[in-house]
Amino acid sequence: MSAAPIIAADGTPLKRKLEQAMRVSRLRAFGLVAPLLAFILAVLIIPIIIFMAQGVYDPTYSDRMPESTAALMEWDGTSEPTEDMAAAMVRDLIAAREAKTIGKVATRVNREYSGARSAFTKSARRAARMDAPFLEALHSTDKDWKDIEMWRSIRVAATSITPAYYLASLDYKFEGDGSVRLQDENRRIHVRLFLRTLEISLVVTIGCFLLGYPVAWLLANLPARKANLLLILVLLPFWTSILVRTTAWIAMLQGQGVVNDLAVFVGITADDARFSMIYNKLGTVIAMVHILLPFMILPLYSVMKTIPPSYLRAAKSLGATNWTAFWRVYFPNTVPGIGAGALLVFILAIGYYITPALVGGQDGQMISNFIDFHMRKSLNWSLAAAMGGVLLIFVLFLYWIYDRVVGIDKMKLG
Amino acid sequence: MKLKSLLIGAASTFAIAGVAMADSTITVVSWGGAYTKSQVEAYHKPWMAATGNTIISEDYNGGLAEIKSQVEAGNVTWDIVDVELSDAIRGCDEGLLEEIDPAILPPAPDGTPASEDFISLAIHDCAVANIVWSTVYAYDGDTYTAFNRPRSIADFFDTAAFPGKRGIRKSPKAILEMALVADGVLPADVYEVLEEEEGVDRAFAMLDTIKDDVVWWEAGAQPPQLLADGEVVMTTAYNGRIFNAMASEGKPFEIVWDAQVFDVDLWAIPKGAPNKEAAMDFLAFSTATEQLAAQASWISYGPARLSSSALVGSYHSNPDLKMGPHMPTAPGNFISAIANGFEFWADNQDELNERFNAWLAN
Repeated sequence: MSAAPIIAADGTPLKRKLEQAMRVSRLRAFGLVAPLLAFILAVLIIPIIIFMAQGVYDPTYSDRMPESTAALMEWDGTSEPTEDMAAAMVRDLIAAREAKTIGKVATRVNREYSGARSAFTKSARRAARMDAPFLEALHSTDKDWKDIEMWRSIRVAATSITPAYYLASLDYKFEGDGSVRLQDENRRIHVRLFLRTLEISLVVTIGCFLLGYPVAWLLANLPARKANLLLILVLLPFWTSILVRTTAWIAMLQGQGVVNDLAVFVGITADDARFSMIYNKLGTVIAMVHILLPFMILPLYSVMKTIPPSYLRAAKSLGATNWTAFWRVYFPNTVPGIGAGALLVFILAIGYYITPALVGGQDGQMISNFIDFHMRKSLNWSLAAAMGGVLLIFVLFLYWIYDRVVGIDKMKLG
Repeated sequence: MKLKSLLIGAASTFAIAGVAMADSTITVVSWGGAYTKSQVEAYHKPWMAATGNTIISEDYNGGLAEIKSQVEAGNVTWDIVDVELSDAIRGCDEGLLEEIDPAILPPAPDGTPASEDFISLAIHDCAVANIVWSTVYAYDGDTYTAFNRPRSIADFFDTAAFPGKRGIRKSPKAILEMALVADGVLPADVYEVLEEEEGVDRAFAMLDTIKDDVVWWEAGAQPPQLLADGEVVMTTAYNGRIFNAMASEGKPFEIVWDAQVFDVDLWAIPKGAPNKEAAMDFLAFSTATEQLAAQASWISYGPARLSSSALVGSYHSNPDLKMGPHMPTAPGNFISAIANGFEFWADNQDELNERFNAWLAN
């Protein structure tokens, strides 16, 4: 049985008419968000993609030293370097010296092989005057050329699409013959740092929860006037610069600081055995808990505000003890707020930078401090990109877990 | 967070005086604190008075990162930067710095050409030195008795004889050299030993002995503060900062010159600097004999010109305080000095930084 299509006043079928109307309103809606979309694409998404690409694509060497790159790619990485490779290298060195790019090339190879820098710059200075056999000419210029490891390292540098940086950010080393091995023990650092970052973020999240939950409860249940005053006390530090709050903690916790002076005065500790609470992991955790606390309190508060007090009264009138009423009735209702607050605090904590940089000392440093180190000090932007990439993937993974376990639609920010 | 300080205010009176010919404003970047102060007094003010140009003074903490990002983004805002030797050479190799024609440097007052007047290491393709500075360690004189006080670099590593926290710059540079000398290596052999893996192991083993007692610092202004606050009993520091705390604030600090690691600071001009001509003029002006000597009356860094040494007198506000004995190059201070091995660091800094960071984090 098929019904005849309903016809609109102008004779077109109603279904199509409706689609037309919907399309216009969809376009209008898209037009409204388009500026924001373009903005996010231009200043966030595309730069992130470009930056992440730096972690796997590094043409520093191959662009500037094309002949030796070609020769090295044909080499197997295990046999003795050939005269052809040396000749190509010398031609490239002459060209790179003329183009003034030898410094960039030398820096790139030096990251794989310490000492390559001086070998390259020295050889480039003399390259124009070198005669065949070039292998011997290179050997007599710098002894590092005799080391097959050096040639392997150049081969690694010459590979423009490379897993070397991502592997390095996980403490593995990519070798010239294509194999991968664990980094030397005394240079392994990144995995430990990722774990520490995780640990600190977790401790900070738990700390924020334990301190924030009762405050949020008070905020939601006090009479309006007192609650507003309390809310201002929560928001005031939230509006204060992070830098100010962090340095205030330095004044509080340092060896000659307020807390230690008080402890000595009261007699908890001796004057020459003051607690070290700053410039270490403890200092980082304390300062971060304080700074991130509002991000836990506010979502909790907004969720608790929506729970009618009659729920608790109903539970009690049905015979529940205070604890049972809280645990079986009130607490489950606050879970969406806990989820939102914990995720917010955790994700902010995992990328935290200024506070650990100022009060972290040596064992309170987090992964972002090392990303900063490679951005600003060692200028190894590719490694920084790889470390940032690992961090991003990790955060997305956590987000996915959260979605599977709690459900992202259950998250309430207010 | 980087501290930026604009010192235009102090300088504007001069600028207004010469406003008729004022045509450019250049941004001069240096290390801040007492050091920048000495440059403002000895270089900036006279140059602004002489040319009518204006200077904006900014601070940074060293390294090539800012220069690199400005040059690569094609948006250079710095005109002239005070850099360390290893950065000057690396920046030049990587094409981040303008080349400098040594012919613009004025000769000494007696006519000696600049090339002979400057100390060795001072004139490079892309940079010209202004001072000789040194990493030393210092302590608070009130902490110790006259008979039992630190005298050698070995004492810095001896926490049994001299208990308490040590301040050290958070970088392997200088402290690895000092650790080896403390362990018995001759200052002249330090880099030879560090070239070998065992030598590096040996230096780190020495650092292990004090690792739990270290407070790490990063900005040059921190160590005098750490000493003054009693956070550390001794600390490595740039000698000029310690001198300044002694001379202008009357702190009872003492410098131990054993195994000092000395280096030069240089002016360099980022590639594509907006006011390159004026920056070149400032560079030539500030490295003249008279200006270098004038700076030495504000801070105890040695001038990079031989002809300036003869003119070095006493501290600007205290005629009784002779600057000579406080210079890194004074004969009594120089006995066990180590010249910073910039070639060694250019080659090995990636690996050693990595190892140092791993060592710190463990």
